[in-house]
Amino acid sequence: MERIPILQMGAYLLVTIQVDMHDQLALTLQDDLSERISKTSARGVLIDISALDIVDSFVGRMIGTISGLSRIMDAKTVLVGMQPAVAITLVELGMTLPGVSTALNVERGMKLLQERVLAQ
Amino acid sequence: MAAVQQKTVDAMKSSQQELTTAWLSALEASGATRNIKEDDLRQQAADFLRLVISVAEKGRHQSLAGSDWDEIRQFLEKLSQSRALIGQDSQQTASFVFSLKGPVFRLLQREYEAEPAVYAEQLLELSELLDALAMHTIRTFQKSRESVIKRQQEELLELSTPVVKLWDGVLALPMIGTLDSQRTQVVMESLLQRIVDTGSEIAIIDITGVPTVDTLVAQHLLKTVTAIRLMGADCIISGVRPQIAQTIVHLGLDLQGVVTKANLADALALALRRLGMTVTKAV
Repeated sequence: MERIPILQMGAYLLVTIQVDMHDQLALTLQDDLSERISKTSARGVLIDISALDIVDSFVGRMIGTISGLSRIMDAKTVLVGMQPAVAITLVELGMTLPGVSTALNVERGMKLLQERVLAQ
Repeated sequence: MAAVQQKTVDAMKSSQQELTTAWLSALEASGATRNIKEDDLRQQAADFLRLVISVAEKGRHQSLAGSDWDEIRQFLEKLSQSRALIGQDSQQTASFVFSLKGPVFRLLQREYEAEPAVYAEQLLELSELLDALAMHTIRTFQKSRESVIKRQQEELLELSTPVVKLWDGVLALPMIGTLDSQRTQVVMESLLQRIVDTGSEIAIIDITGVPTVDTLVAQHLLKTVTAIRLMGADCIISGVRPQIAQTIVHLGLDLQGVVTKANLADALALALRRLGMTVTKAV
């Protein structure tokens, strides 16, 4: 079955979405990520969606849910690299993803994540 | 339907000169000749009359699309385009054709004094012919005006959305004019694209040039701000004039979570501070 890889880098987990997100994939990712956070007790999660250029309301909601669930499991989450078209679509769909931290690229996202974790 | 009779055509042909003179004075009286050179007008009138006679002579009423009508159609298109360019309105342009009716009808009356039935029929025929031509003139006029408006709108859209780089990592978007959905879309797209291209962390939207802010404009602004945040950059809105601030408060708009500054200088200062930079005076 197709899966989105979750990479571990020290205390952080790195999720890079490189394929078109469909509903089942998003659900699998949600399960996998929560499993991995509890197994590795990761302190932060970085989700890179720079390769994602099509979203619908379901995938938009899943992105929100995934960041929400990692936050609840005490891992700071940063969403990086959203494409302009995706941002416009989400706003037009009325999904403003409140409470989700964002950054322009992986490098800045990692910096933000480290600051957040250290501040704790 | 009966066609225009040969007798009518002959009568019009023989009194072409007289018709033109009467027509021109009617035009003069209606005020449709403003901004047009007299020689040009005389030439146009003579050409048009000749064309009308030629289509009337060709017999049966066809639709305006027929090939017999090509010449007169092109003539009218050229005419109304030139009228649109010198700024005449549609009424003035149409009255060029309509004011031919008076002289022609008077001529018919004289010709068919003895045959009222034929007179009525011919009157209707010619009237329909001229109406169709006038309609075509108006249609072309409208089209050329619309194309002018469309072009100007596009130019305005392009002109009014420049994204400027103020500093490394700071972009500014000075907005001028009213914000409607279409403009917001263009603005949002160009700003977001520039953010991706330059990797800027802070975008300043300056609304000094936006004359009024109502709920719709505020909603558009909020959308843009949210989209920028989703991309991972920060947005500052600057240039909130006192009246606009009052309107926003009176309307009860919720701009919470949006950083606003009174002017662009303050916004830039805040942006630099956030980037960890300070500006000092050289001693």
